Order: sequence, then structure tokens, then C-alpha cells
Amino acid sequence: MKVGVVVFPGSNCDRDMYHVLKDVFKTDTKYYWHEKPLPKNIDAIILPGGFSYGDRLRAGAIAANSPVIKDVQKMADKGIPILGVCNGFQILVESGLLPGVLLKNRSLNFMCRWTNLVVENNKTPFSNQFEIGQKIPIPIANGEGRYYADDETLQKLKKYNQIVFRYVESVNGSSNRIAGVCNEDGNVVGMMPHPERAVEYEINPTDNNASTLIFESMLTKMGVYN
Amino acid sequence: MSLEPQELGELKSKIGRDPTPTELQIVAAEWSEHCSYKSSKRHLRILPMEGPLVIAEKGYDSGVLDVGGGYVITAHIESHNHPSAVEPYGGAATGVGGVIRDILSTGTRPIAILDGLRFGDISKDKQARWLFKNAVSGIADYGNCLGIPTVGGEVEFDQCYESYALVDVAAIGFGKKENLVKNHARKGDVVVLVGGSTGRDGIGGSQFASDLLESEDRSAVQIPDPFIEKLIIEAVLEARNQKLIHAMKDLGGGGLSCAISETADALGVGIEMDVSKVHTREPGMHPDEIMVSESQERMLIVTSKTKLRKLREICKKFRIGCSVIGAIKSGRQMRVKKGRRTLADLPVDTVANATLLDLPSTRPKYLYGIEQEKKLRKISNYPKTLLELLGAPNIASKIWVYGQYDHEVGIRTVVKPGCDASVLRLDNGKLLSAKIDGNPKHCYLNPREGAIGCFEEACRNVVCTGARPIGMLDHLQFGNPKDPEIFWTFLESLRGLSDFAKNLKIPCIGGKVSLYNESIFGPIKPTPIIGVLGLIDKKPLVPQRITEGDCLILVGDTKNELGGSEYFEYIHKFVGGRCPVVDFKSSKKNMRSVLDLIKRQLLKSSHDCSKGGLAVAVSELCMTNQIGCKVSLEKIPGERLDADRLLFSESHSRYLLTVGTKNVKKVQEILSKNKVSFRQIGRFLGDSIIFTKGNEPIIDLRVDKAQKTWVSSLRDLVLYG
Repeated sequence: MKVGVVVFPGSNCDRDMYHVLKDVFKTDTKYYWHEKPLPKNIDAIILPGGFSYGDRLRAGAIAANSPVIKDVQKMADKGIPILGVCNGFQILVESGLLPGVLLKNRSLNFMCRWTNLVVENNKTPFSNQFEIGQKIPIPIANGEGRYYADDETLQKLKKYNQIVFRYVESVNGSSNRIAGVCNEDGNVVGMMPHPERAVEYEINPTDNNASTLIFESMLTKMGVYN
Repeated sequence: MSLEPQELGELKSKIGRDPTPTELQIVAAEWSEHCSYKSSKRHLRILPMEGPLVIAEKGYDSGVLDVGGGYVITAHIESHNHPSAVEPYGGAATGVGGVIRDILSTGTRPIAILDGLRFGDISKDKQARWLFKNAVSGIADYGNCLGIPTVGGEVEFDQCYESYALVDVAAIGFGKKENLVKNHARKGDVVVLVGGSTGRDGIGGSQFASDLLESEDRSAVQIPDPFIEKLIIEAVLEARNQKLIHAMKDLGGGGLSCAISETADALGVGIEMDVSKVHTREPGMHPDEIMVSESQERMLIVTSKTKLRKLREICKKFRIGCSVIGAIKSGRQMRVKKGRRTLADLPVDTVANATLLDLPSTRPKYLYGIEQEKKLRKISNYPKTLLELLGAPNIASKIWVYGQYDHEVGIRTVVKPGCDASVLRLDNGKLLSAKIDGNPKHCYLNPREGAIGCFEEACRNVVCTGARPIGMLDHLQFGNPKDPEIFWTFLESLRGLSDFAKNLKIPCIGGKVSLYNESIFGPIKPTPIIGVLGLIDKKPLVPQRITEGDCLILVGDTKNELGGSEYFEYIHKFVGGRCPVVDFKSSKKNMRSVLDLIKRQLLKSSHDCSKGGLAVAVSELCMTNQIGCKVSLEKIPGERLDADRLLFSESHSRYLLTVGTKNVKKVQEILSKNKVSFRQIGRFLGDSIIFTKGNEPIIDLRVDKAQKTWVSSLRDLVLYG
């Protein structure tokens, strides 16, 4: 069972994600530089957070044209679980793998704080261990984290059950308080908050590390957990 | 932007001829106050630099401490005051960039940033508001992009910074001891410039910073590019892992002039370089511009010819520049060429070691009689005064600032900003606590005691997390050193710091001196900033939720020391009086006792009493825990004083301990045994902050009301004035 963490120039949560997968969940994890092809036998792919290409143009816009994205697209078509967190989410949106866009926060500032999510869809490979409506305390850290989609897209998102996580409070002005979405097939998930920062109690100031279930969902899907 | 006449004479006599124009530029950069420390260096030697954990190595730009298990931490502090006063966004951002490269140059990964910001009075001064807002954005954009958490800091406003700004950045690195770059070089090794291109920004920046700020010289300010810095970090660490680096230095003040001469000096070699090999941002740059440009995001690496190929591959992967600009030579000359033409040929020792000055000093006249207090108006409404203080820019919550900094990335931040000190977990199972503190109001009234106070406050803050102080960083910021009165304040602060460091056996592991901090309105108040690092072997004290019935114990004496307090200056607009004085003996005793209580896990939290005094410290506990508290003024240990003095005195060495009922007796026993001055002063209950005198409440303030003011006032000031 292999998980790949894709590294772009400017990724900066790659090492955190690697640590959680490798040291906390004891998963065989490897880094993949964005210019290298992804091996065929990979079981899940994670696009970590950071500032790929320094957020030039728009967050994620340049990385969405990286060579690795073609491979990610192929794997998405094959149904392999793919998770984009923060900048990873922005890259998935920019590359057209997920609907919608991410705009500057309503405050126009970078925001780093803990907030709460609720689970809206527990059928994806990254949410199958949750109850619908379950609460997840989790930190956000972004400047362009306001999810936006036009009404037509929002209708479609609802129709195909593509809203995975919602903020309990409107933290940044996202449409319908959306924090994370998936593609129509459900195997590609993107979310702005950082689950890798909420898994270990040592750094989680709340008494709830439900974020763990995001990773356990993936491992369940991969057949490691049952 | 040149040498002073006697310096030019000295240079001529040292090299036995007239210097070339390029030589003049190089020497002017390196002999500037900013690079040479010529006014301060001979005095800095009094600071204790050695300790059991200190690893000293030639040519390091940051201090190194052995934290056990084969790991080290590195730390450094820098400021970017002049640039930030002109162009706050770029000045502050490049301030972060510079200190991060100092950490990187030892071969360690930067893991945390702390920043200290000082501006004029933002409640009145629009320019100060603009400077503040943009400096915060600059730090946020740079640090966030690098993925290095900004875990702590401090913000202060004082009229003495009108039309000016102090931007101090401290950075911490972490790595394996075996991976430290052991600066060395052999004849024939190549000198490589890695990273961003050299452009026409930051020309003469170090000389600009070594003079009074009279004109807005924007071309002297560097342009930040955090993306390139991030690539350099990853490239350098990859090169370090492959052992490709013989020696390394960051390009900072003085640009190539400084980096080349200082590297050659530290390694005891000569370097010959060719300016035409430097990758530049634009064509037609003059050799002198190339030598003194302070363009950011550049590192100088010395490696062997055989390792060069691998270094090039790494730079290619990250698409950053990698130019071989020179080579190590025997002989100790610094030679700068353009093709075949020699532009400069100077002895390294001459360039790198400016003649040190011994400037005169005299006690400033303003200090005579300054301890005299004037008669203050009587406070009739204490709750109102407390509320005013909680909303004062220097006391109000700084969440508007640190909420813009990613303080979680790196997943090390155990105790987050907003507490006494920040705590980071390390890979060896231990934890590192860090804090920086300054207090110009105290230092103005008494440069010695004020500086010691900043040092002790930073120590108290790390102690509150359960860490024992293991090292300090000092950043000494003053006005024009040629003014004997200003220089006296510098020496007094330095002596105070040195005495306290020796007494507590805390080595100074690094620091910086920043002089000429003056605007058209005159010099700043003496502003030493002290950073303290503390180590926690096992368990930190992460503040636990306070609940109804918990007891409040105050350790340390409250004294009649209100000079420079927020109460005197913000409420009464009075500058004067006696500033708090640290008693070394009780300072040590209190520190040890609190650490002992934390180690035995008897405390729910420990909070330092500082700005705003006891009243503010108690309110902070109540507001962050959303619980009320009842404190009786009669029980406060120390001198018998009027209510306002008990409430707002900023005496040092005081800790507010929250103790669950079941541990109170035990805590009291231990404190009594250690002969510490302490008393249980109150209990948590209800939803109001209550202070009683006799049996009458003189303050009764709802926690939610206090919290609203405390949390939103800074943001409101920035946004709406």
C-alpha cells in the first residue's frame, strides 16, 4: 500500500503530511517531485499545502500546469483516491479536477486559526469513517481560501453530493460555507483546512482529533483498515 | 556613502597606496557600522558567550546550542529598521529573509520565527498605522510562503518611534549536530553564488543603515522574493545532506563585499572573484554596484571542484542560479576582477576588521531628576481605568497580528501565540520554548535596570511554560553612538545584561547592534530586545482550562515601581518615576520554584505579570478562560501601597499561578520551604473580574465586556483609527 505526496516548488506542508502518514499511520509513503512521473502501483495521492510557485498569478495556477498533473489526472480517471489540502486543493481546482475557484478571504488577510467543520458526505475515500454531521476541529491557514462557485455549479454540487465538508461558522465568506468538495465520482477530494495539523494531540489544542478519520477513511478504502 | 577622512587615511597607510574606486566601495560597505560593529565590538566582549550547551564555530552567523540526542538548535536575531521605516512591506519581509538565511548558513532548517515590532502612537499617527499594517503584511507574506511558522513576538507603540519603525526578527533552526556545516576551505576550492540574481536593489543598504534616517532612499531597500528563498532553503539542505558544502555564508548587509571578505577572514584564506561571473538581474551593472548590491535570497557556498557538478544539479532541479564566481587562493588577499582587469586587491584582514572605536560616554542630562514623580490625579473609577488599559494598544490582544501568520506549519507548535512563550516540539522528544521582550519605557528611565528587566521578563515567560533558560539573544537598538549621552545608555544596558547573564549563567549565543536609529524627531528611546530560549526535557506546561474554585497564587513582591508603566504613561501621560528593578536573588529563587512546581505537575497554568501590572495579568487569565475572579488587594505580597499602585505596578519576578484546590496546600508548602514571597490572593468564580479593598469591590468588571475591548481594540485602531 503506497501513498504518494507530490512536491511542487514552494510546497511547504509536504513534510508535515509525510510525517503524519509515515510516523502516525505507519503507511508506506514517498515524495514525488512534480517533474517526475508517478509510478503505476500507487494507491493514493496527496497534494499538500504550501505556496507552489509563490502563489504567483493565482494560488495553484502554475502548479496546475506541472508535468505531474497529467499523471494525477489519469489516476483520477482510474478512481484512485486523491486528496488536495490547502494549496493542493487550489491546484486541483485550477487543473479542473474539482469544480469552483478559491478567492481571497473576505477579510483580505491571511487567516491562521482553529475552526470547526461538519461532514456532509461520508461516501468519499477521505470521509467514509465519519457520521454525517460529525464535527471536526481543525486549523485553517490561507490567504485565498474562500470557495466560490456560481449558482449552477452549486446546484450540481448539491445534486451529486459533492460538498464533503462545511464550516460551522462562516470564517472566510465561502459559498454555502463550503470547506471541501469532491468530483462527481467522489474519489478526488479537496479541502482548505489542514487535517495533518490536527491529528496529534500534542499540537491539537482541543480534545477532539476527528481529523484522524480523514486518514483512516483513506486507509480503509485502501484495504489497510477494515 | 563613503569613508570618513581619517578612515580613508588609515586605509591608504594600510595598503600603501591610493585605493581604487571599487576598493573604496568595498571598504566603505564593510567598515560601515552595520557590518563592522566598530563602535560596539570592543564592549560586546563583556557578554558571557560560553556555556555547557554552546557550540562555537568560526564563521557562524547564528548561535548554536546542543539540545541532546545528537541534535542542535540555532538561533539569531536581526533588525531591519531603516528599510522598514521607508518601505515597511519590503523592509520587514527582507528582514525575515535575512535572518532565515543566517540560520540556514549553519546547515540547519529554520523552524520558527519571532518578531518584535515598534511604531509611533497608532491612535493618533496615521503614518504609524500605515507602517504597522504593512510591516505585518510583509512578515506574513514572507514567513507564510516559506512555511516557517511565526510563533511569537511582541508589538509596542511609543511616540519615540514617530516616523520610524523597529522591525526585529528572531529565527530558530533545528538539525542534526553531524549536519552542521564545518566552515573550512582548501586552496583551489570554488566560490559559488547560489540563488537569486544580483540587481540594483539595496545598493549601499548597510551604509544607509549606518546613518541617520533623513531622506527616503528607496533604492537602498531590498526587494523580497520568498519563493526563491524557499527554493534556496530546500536546495541548500539537499546539498548539505549530500555533504557538498565546505563553507557557507548568507549575503546580507554589504552584499558580496562583506560575504567575500568575511568568509576569507573566517577561513584564513584568500579569495579571487570575477564580477562578470555574477548572474545579474539586468545588463550593464557597474562592478561596484555588483559588489555592494544587497539583493536578497543569495548564498555564498564554498565547495570543491569535484562536488560542484552535484551542487549544479541540485540548483538546476530547483531552477535557482548557481554561478562560480571565484576560487580560494593561498595568500590572504581579496581580489576582485572583471575578466582580466583587477578592480580591487586588498588584504582580507584590512577589509574585514575595521579599526574599533572607543567612543566617549556621559550620563544623559535628562536622567537627572527623572525619578521624581509628579502629583497624579486620583482615580475615581477603577473599572474604567482597567478597561482603558485593556484596550491600550500596548496591552490589547495581538490576535489581529498573529492571526495573519501561519503559526502551525511544521506541526511543532505545542503552545501557540497569545500565551506567555511559544513552545515547539523537537525530534529528540524535548521541547523548546522561546520569547522575545523589550521595554523602551523602562529603558528610557533607567537603561541598565530596564534592560535587565527585559531579559528577566523573557526568562519569566519561558519559565511559565516549564522551560529552563539555556541561551539568550540580545539586540541592542539605540540612536547615534557619537552622541556621548546615547552611547552611555548603550553601555549601561549592555553592562546590565552582562551582569544578569553571568549571574543566572545564561550564555549570550548571538545578537546584533543597531545604531543610528533616529528620525527627524530625534533618537529612539534605548530599545534592547532580548530573546530567551528555554529547554523542556519532558512535559511543557500547556495552560489548562481554569474552572470555578481554582485558586490564584501570586509569587513575588509588588513594589512601588511605576516609572515607565502603562499606567503612568497611557493613563496619566506621565514619563518619569522609578522603573522596576530586578532583585537577582529573588529572581533566581522565584524562577526555580515555579519550575519545580511545574515539574511536579501541581499547576494548571503560570502567567507572567508585566505590562499593565497585576490587574491586567489577572484579567488576561479571566478573559482567555472566560471565567470571573475575586482578588483581595490586602493579600498581595510586597510593599503596602495605594490601590492603583498595587493594581498597576510592573514589578518584576512575579508569577500568577493557577492551582486546583487539591494542590494548593502542596504548592504553598513548597513555596514556603523555598522561602519565596507569595500568597493566595484570590479565587476564580462567577463572570466578573473583581478586586476588593477592605471588603469593598473597587473593580467589578464583566469578563465578556473586558474581553470584547481587549480582543477588538487593536484591529479597530488599525482599520478605523
